[in-house]
Amino acid sequence: MWKLVIRRLLDAVPSVIGVVIVTFLLTRALPGDPAAYFAGPAASQQAVEEIRAKLGLNRSLPEQFVLYVRDLARGDLGVSLSTGQPVANEIVARLPASLELTLLGVVLAALIAIPLGVLAASRPNSWIDHACRALTTAGVSLPTFFTGLLLVYVFYYLLGWAPSPLGRLDPFTTPPPGITHFYLIDSLLARDLRTFWAALTQLALPAITLGLFALAPLARMTRASMLGTLSSDFVRTARASGLSRFTVTYTYAFRNALLPVVTTLGMVFSFLLGSNILVEKVFAWPGIGSFAIEALVASDYAPVQGFVLTMALLYLALNLLIDIFYNLIDPRIGFAT
Amino acid sequence: MEGAAPVLEVENLGIEFRTRSGVVHAVENASFSVEKGETVGIVGESGSGKSVLSYAILGILDAAGRVTSGRAVFGGLDMVRASADELDAVRGRELSMIFQNPRSALNPIRRIGQQLEDVLARHTTTLHADLRQRAIECLAQVHIPDPERRYAAYPFELSGGMCQRVMIALALACNPALLIADEPTTGLDVTMQAAVMDLIGELSQSRHMATILITHDLGLAAEYCGRIIVMHAGHIVESAPAADLFRAPRHPYTRKLVLASPHGRVRIDELESVPGGLPDLRRADLPPCRFSARCERRSEVCERLPLPHHARATGSNVWCHHPL
Amino acid sequence: MSTLAHARYVMSENPLTLAAFVLFFLLVACALFGPSLVPYDPLATDVAAALQPPSRAHWMGTDSLGRDILSRIVVATRLDIGIAVSAVALSFAIGSAVGCMAGYYGGGADRIMTRIVDTIMAFPLFVLAMGIVAALGNTVANIVLATAIINLPFYARVARAEVNVRREAGYVEAARLSGNSNVRIIMLHLFPNIMPPMMVQISLNMGWAILNAAGLSFIGLGVRPPAPEWGIMVAEGASYIISGEWWVALFPGAALMLAVFCFNLLGDGLRDLIDPRMRT
Repeated sequence: MWKLVIRRLLDAVPSVIGVVIVTFLLTRALPGDPAAYFAGPAASQQAVEEIRAKLGLNRSLPEQFVLYVRDLARGDLGVSLSTGQPVANEIVARLPASLELTLLGVVLAALIAIPLGVLAASRPNSWIDHACRALTTAGVSLPTFFTGLLLVYVFYYLLGWAPSPLGRLDPFTTPPPGITHFYLIDSLLARDLRTFWAALTQLALPAITLGLFALAPLARMTRASMLGTLSSDFVRTARASGLSRFTVTYTYAFRNALLPVVTTLGMVFSFLLGSNILVEKVFAWPGIGSFAIEALVASDYAPVQGFVLTMALLYLALNLLIDIFYNLIDPRIGFAT
Repeated sequence: MEGAAPVLEVENLGIEFRTRSGVVHAVENASFSVEKGETVGIVGESGSGKSVLSYAILGILDAAGRVTSGRAVFGGLDMVRASADELDAVRGRELSMIFQNPRSALNPIRRIGQQLEDVLARHTTTLHADLRQRAIECLAQVHIPDPERRYAAYPFELSGGMCQRVMIALALACNPALLIADEPTTGLDVTMQAAVMDLIGELSQSRHMATILITHDLGLAAEYCGRIIVMHAGHIVESAPAADLFRAPRHPYTRKLVLASPHGRVRIDELESVPGGLPDLRRADLPPCRFSARCERRSEVCERLPLPHHARATGSNVWCHHPL
Repeated sequence: MSTLAHARYVMSENPLTLAAFVLFFLLVACALFGPSLVPYDPLATDVAAALQPPSRAHWMGTDSLGRDILSRIVVATRLDIGIAVSAVALSFAIGSAVGCMAGYYGGGADRIMTRIVDTIMAFPLFVLAMGIVAALGNTVANIVLATAIINLPFYARVARAEVNVRREAGYVEAARLSGNSNVRIIMLHLFPNIMPPMMVQISLNMGWAILNAAGLSFIGLGVRPPAPEWGIMVAEGASYIISGEWWVALFPGAALMLAVFCFNLLGDGLRDLIDPRMRT
C-alpha cells in the first residue's frame, strides 16, 4: 500500500513544479515595475530599490526563479503591506477557518446528494427522480454568492433563524482553546457546548451555501452511476440469487456505484475552493479567501500570490488524498499496473 | 418418477416490452414443462426470446418488460404472479440461473468467497463461523483447484472458465431443483466449453437436478440435452426428444437449423444458412406464424389462422400448419 | 431522421429546451437592442430616489445612487454576454487549435499540450483566474483573457480526443493520399467533423464563463463602477440585503441565474440533439 502512496506522491511532483512555475510567472508578469508593486504605492524610492534587490529583480529570470523557490522552501511568501506581517503567518492562521467551512460544506453536500441520487436511481420517474434532476440542472446554474445572499436574506433578515453573518463566532463568544483550530472540534474537545453551538450556527449558512453548489454534481453523478450499476450484469446475478433487496441495492449496487462518485469529488473540490472566496466575502468569514480579497482591494500583491499558491497546493493535496482513497476501495487498480 | 409433477410448468406465457419506438411482443403463447432431473435445451437465434423467457420465470425482467399472460408454476408457486418476498425465497435456493459473460456477472470488487457466503447466509441456516468452510467446499465441488486460496480472489484475477465455475458454485450452493443456464459457454474457448458443460452435466446427475440449457448452438444442445425446445421470434415452434429432433425435424425452421448446424456426419460445404431475418416484433399486425415470411411451405392459412399444436405420444410436439 | 425533424422531436420531448431557446433569443435581443430601449439612462443618478422598492415608475426599484435597476440590468446584458462570448470564442479558438494538433501529430506536441493543460487544471480554476487578473491588471480585457485561459483545457481535451479517434479514419487517409498537407487535413476534414461535440462544450461553457466573470466582478476585479454589470450590481446590493432592501441584489442575481440556466439547458438540449448517449 505504501508503494502506492509513494507512487502517487511522485506522480504529483510535475504538477507541483508546474504550479510553482505558474505562480512565479504571475508574480513577475505584473505590468510595470514588479518591485514598485510589492513595495506599495507609498514606498520611497529607496524602499523600492531594497525590494528589487531582495527579490533579485535585476537578475536573469532563471536566477530569479531559483531565489523564488528558495524563499518558498523557507516558507517565505513575502510580507503583507497592509498588516506588515509575513504572508505565510497570516495564511497559516486563517487556513483552518477556510478548511472548516469547505469540509463542512462537502460533508453536508454528500449527506444529501448521495442518498438523493440513490433514491432517484432506484425509483426512476418518481417525484424524487424528477426533483433530483431538476435540482442538478438548476444547481449548476446558481451563482454561489447570490445563493449566499438569498440565504442571508431569508434566514437572517426575514426569519431571524440564523445569526448575523459576521464571521466564525458572535462578538460575545471567545474561541475554544486552539488544538486543531477547527472551532467545532476544539469546542467539543473542551466540552464547551455553548461555544460549539455558537460556532455551528455561524457555520450553518455559509456551509449550506457551499454545499448547495457541490450538491448538483454529486447528486447527478450518484444517480447516473447508480442507474448504471443497477442495470449491470452482476446485480442481475445478485437478484437471481435471491439476495435481499437491501443487500442488492447497498452491498452490491451502491458500493460499486460509489467509485465514480469519489472521482467526482476531486472535480467538486476545484469548484468549492474557488467558491470559497465568494462565500467568505458574503459572510465576512475570516479565512484565506477574504484575506486575498482585502489584499486585492488594497493593491497588496504578495498575499494574493501566496493565496493562489496555497490554494493550488491544497487542491493538489486533496486530489492526492482522494486518489489514494480510491485506490484503497477499488481492488482492480493495483492489479492493472 | 412416472406421474410425478413437473418441476416447472409454463403455460401460455406472453411477455412484452415497452420501448420508445413501440411495444415489442417478445414472447407469445409459450408452453412447456420440465420434469425432475431432465435436461432440456432451449434453442433459437438471437432475439428469439429464449433468455427473456427465463428472466420472466425468475422474475428478473427489465423494468420495461411485462408478463401479459400465462403462468410459470415452479414448486406450486406461480412465479410471474408471486410477490417479491416469495420470489426471493425461491431464487438462488430452489431455482438458480447462470449467465453468459461470467466475469461481468460477478461483483468486480467483492471477493468470490464473500459472494458465495452472501448466498449461503441468505438461504441456509449455516452458522456464521462455518460459512467460510461451506464456501470453500462449494468451490471444491466445481473443481476449482486450490479453493482455499481462490476463496480470497477477485473475479478479475480469474480466467473466464474459472469465473463460470464460480457462477455455477453460486447457483448450486443451495442445491436447487432446477438450474437455468443461459448461454454458459459463449465467450469461452472450446476446451473450456466442454469442461463447463461436463461439469454441469455431472452435477445435475449427482444431485438429480433439472437443467434448462439456453443456447443458440444446436450442436451443443444435441450433445447435452435429453429434450430440445426450438424457439423462433418469441414462439415455441417445436419440442421433442433430442435424437428425434435431429433425425426427423417436424418444423421447417427446425429443419433449417439442423441443416445449418455442424454435427457428426455433415460436411462443411453441406451446411446451409437460414434465410431471411427475424420479423419486426413491434408490428401490431404480426401473422399467427412468425416464421411464415421465411418459410417455403407457407400458404394462406399460415397468415390467418392460429397455429395448431400437433403432439405425439413420443413426446414430440410441433406448432405448425404444414409440419414436415 | 433529418436534422430538423430530429430537432423538433427533441424540443417536443423536452419543453425546457424550447424555453431555453426562447430565453436565448431574448438575451441576444437585450444585448443587441437593450440599451436603446431602456426607460432610464443606466448611469443617471438621482440621490433623492435612492433605494426605492419596485414601483410603477421603477419596475425593479432603484439602487443606492437612485439609478433604475431594470435599465441597468438590461444594459448589463450586453457587457456580461459580451465578456462571456469573447472569452469562450478565444478559448475555443486556441483550445481547439492546440487540441487538434496534439491529437493529430501526437508525440512531443501531445506531451507539451497535456503538460500545459494539466498545469492549468492543477489550480482551482476560479483561483487561477483571480491570480491572472491580479497579475495582469484590473481591466475587462484581462477578465476575458483570464476566463479564456481557465476554459482552455475543456476545448483542448475534447478536440484532442475527437481528432485522435478520427485520425485513422478512411476519409482522412484518402485526403492524405491525395496529397493534402497536414494543416489542410486538420482544418478542412477533421475540424468540421468534431464540431458537434465542440458545440455542446461551447454551450455548456458559456454558462460557466458568465458565472466566472460575475464572480470576479463580485470580488472587485474587472469591471469598475459605475459600469452596469450583473456581478457588480449584486456586490453593490450585498450590503443592503441585510437591512432588507432586497431588490438591489435580487434582480441582477436573478438575471444572472436565468442567463446561466438558459445556456446550461441549451447545452443539454444540444447534447440530446447530437448524441443522446452522452446524456446522464
